[in-house]
Amino acid sequence: MNHIYNDPIGHWVVVTVAIALLLFVVLTATAYTVWFERVALGRIQRRPGPNRVGPFGLMQLAADGIKLAFKESFVPAETDKLLFVIAPAIAVAAAFLSWAVIPIGLWYNVQYWIADVNIGILLIFAFSSLNVYAIVIGGYASNNKYSLLGGLRSAAQLISYEMALGLSLVPTFMIVGSLRLRDIVEYTVHWGWYNGPIPLILLTPIGFVIYLMAAVAETNRAPFDLPEAEQELIGGFLTEYSGLKFVMYYLAEYVNMITVSALAALLFFGGWYLWVIPPVLAFFIKIVLFLFLYIWLRGTFPRLRYDMLMRLGWKVLLPLAIANVIVTGVILVATQG
Amino acid sequence: MSTEGVTITKTGEQGAFGGELLTVNFGPHHPSTHGVLRLIVDLDGEQVRRVKPVIGYLHTGIEKQMEALRWQQGVVVTDRHDYLSPPINNLAYALAVERLMGVDVPPRAQALRVIMSELTRLSSHLVWMGTSGLELGAMSMLMYCFRERDTILDMNEEISGFRMHTSYIRPGGVMADATPRFLEMLDAFIGAMPGHIDEYENLLTMNPIWRSRTIGIGRLSPEDAKVLGASGPMIRGSGIPWDLRKAMPYSGYENYEFEVATSDDCDCYGRYLVRIKEMREAVKILRQALDRLPDGPVNVDDRKMLPPPREELETSMEAVIHHFKLFTEGYSVPPGDVYVAVESGRGENGCYVVSDGTHKPRRVKFRSASFVNLQALERMALNHMVADMVAIIGTADAVLGDVDR
Repeated sequence: MNHIYNDPIGHWVVVTVAIALLLFVVLTATAYTVWFERVALGRIQRRPGPNRVGPFGLMQLAADGIKLAFKESFVPAETDKLLFVIAPAIAVAAAFLSWAVIPIGLWYNVQYWIADVNIGILLIFAFSSLNVYAIVIGGYASNNKYSLLGGLRSAAQLISYEMALGLSLVPTFMIVGSLRLRDIVEYTVHWGWYNGPIPLILLTPIGFVIYLMAAVAETNRAPFDLPEAEQELIGGFLTEYSGLKFVMYYLAEYVNMITVSALAALLFFGGWYLWVIPPVLAFFIKIVLFLFLYIWLRGTFPRLRYDMLMRLGWKVLLPLAIANVIVTGVILVATQG
Repeated sequence: MSTEGVTITKTGEQGAFGGELLTVNFGPHHPSTHGVLRLIVDLDGEQVRRVKPVIGYLHTGIEKQMEALRWQQGVVVTDRHDYLSPPINNLAYALAVERLMGVDVPPRAQALRVIMSELTRLSSHLVWMGTSGLELGAMSMLMYCFRERDTILDMNEEISGFRMHTSYIRPGGVMADATPRFLEMLDAFIGAMPGHIDEYENLLTMNPIWRSRTIGIGRLSPEDAKVLGASGPMIRGSGIPWDLRKAMPYSGYENYEFEVATSDDCDCYGRYLVRIKEMREAVKILRQALDRLPDGPVNVDDRKMLPPPREELETSMEAVIHHFKLFTEGYSVPPGDVYVAVESGRGENGCYVVSDGTHKPRRVKFRSASFVNLQALERMALNHMVADMVAIIGTADAVLGDVDR
């Protein structure tokens, strides 16, 4: 199937279809991620979670979505209305754009992507950085002190962790020699009798640990969910948002969660390769395991304080990431010349 | 924009980092102010420079209501001021009325009162721990703590017919004798509870995030604790072993062996440790009380104070008269005034009663621990961050119904 991408007209047909399909799949996946989180968190806390709407509560999200969609589109007084509306749109657009460059293995030797660019991972970082604008603008435009504090916290948090996140992946690029996500997944080693793809976590375990922590902070999830720390700042930047605009932020958060889970699977765990399991299923399993990790963290840990988070980011993760890059570089030079 | 006495506009003051102080209205409907506490907080960046509690949003007029209720009806209202420890409120009121009347309740009633008090202390600490965990982001704690609290509420229901506002302890004794099923439930609960407390400790005590969020946060020196009139875990968390159950035993507490939990940490973590220890001690007291539960009546044998049993009404004219008098006029309490304090989950829960010799109190005043402990809030929260202030509000464990009454 991959040769269709090379045909000039076929390419556009495939890409258009792929975009439509991807929007549908990611939206559905997001909805069921929310369901999965609520059920898993419920089980962690010994309660059933949603189980009324549809079988196993699977239609709960449809019900919630419809309810929120029909709510009044409320804008608080004396706010900058344009910014107030644009902010959630930025969030959701940035979240979906990342998926343009994420390849998905559908079947053995059949992959699917929208844009197979050679700087894929850089683009993902660029798009996820846009998220800061969504939160800062949303916090500023709400004309609410809690929102403002949440927005400021978030700006600081996202910018600090962006660096650790980026640096944690540099060793991977150095080993593979490409920023194209497909190349990273297809990276093969020739170790004695073994010829084939390996999960890159074996080569960059420290990079993975840094990535994991930075990714949790980057997506504003517990225990690093300071921008919307409910018990301190009510809802942080979300305080004044309701209805569809709230849905957009919410959607963006969960899409980002899936994105970083997919990235972790692609960059560190061999993407769609998992023994003989069909690629699309393998990819799915890996993403679900990461999502579960997120939920598990949320169910277990207290929240860090803002200054501790900053200290962790700047004084621990960032130096560690830089050291990781240097050490990997030295080893690469030493072994490959 | 200002309320009388409280300015909520910008102060225009300069902060330490060159910026202007930001005044934030924290509450009354804020997720972590334990109900409707309102704080006016001056922030310098995220650091707290001034905290001004504004109370009164949950004023129920309970003390005033009691002046219009007969002595035995007042119990029902006492349940509702500190709504996390109804039987202990009942006990303070019942002891005050009994002291004015000069009666002593039988030993079985005393033991049942101790059992209910300790169960209440446990359930109140469980709510504290669940909500404190939630406030610091450990959201699962709430569900785990409420699991055990639910068992306690089941027991409340079994012994009194009511899950929360039991009105079980009354002047002259208790509402009814414990049922065999209650004693079985209690036995099972005492067996299971230490394991559950271990579970909570596994999640929090050595958790690095929990420790870094509580150690050194909200320091209250022993001197300050005394000066500000703190009591309960607030003063014991500052290293002063002041516990009314030991200092001025009531209801037979002198017969039980238990330790007064203290901690020299003087911070949120110390108060957390104190409450955990108190829960363990409460289980010990429950075990002793259950094992040594004496037989006998559970009410004073005084027909002028408590209604006669149902059977007597069919045979005795005098019983009918007593019944009629008690349920129309009620009993009268000799003139005088008395202050009785008991140790609730939050500290000294005092009850001051004035009687003018009629069938209704002249004045009832509750010295509530929540209200007094709240005084220490500003002292503890100064120069901490907003997130720490939430931890500190949690550790003060104020019940707003108790603050405003």
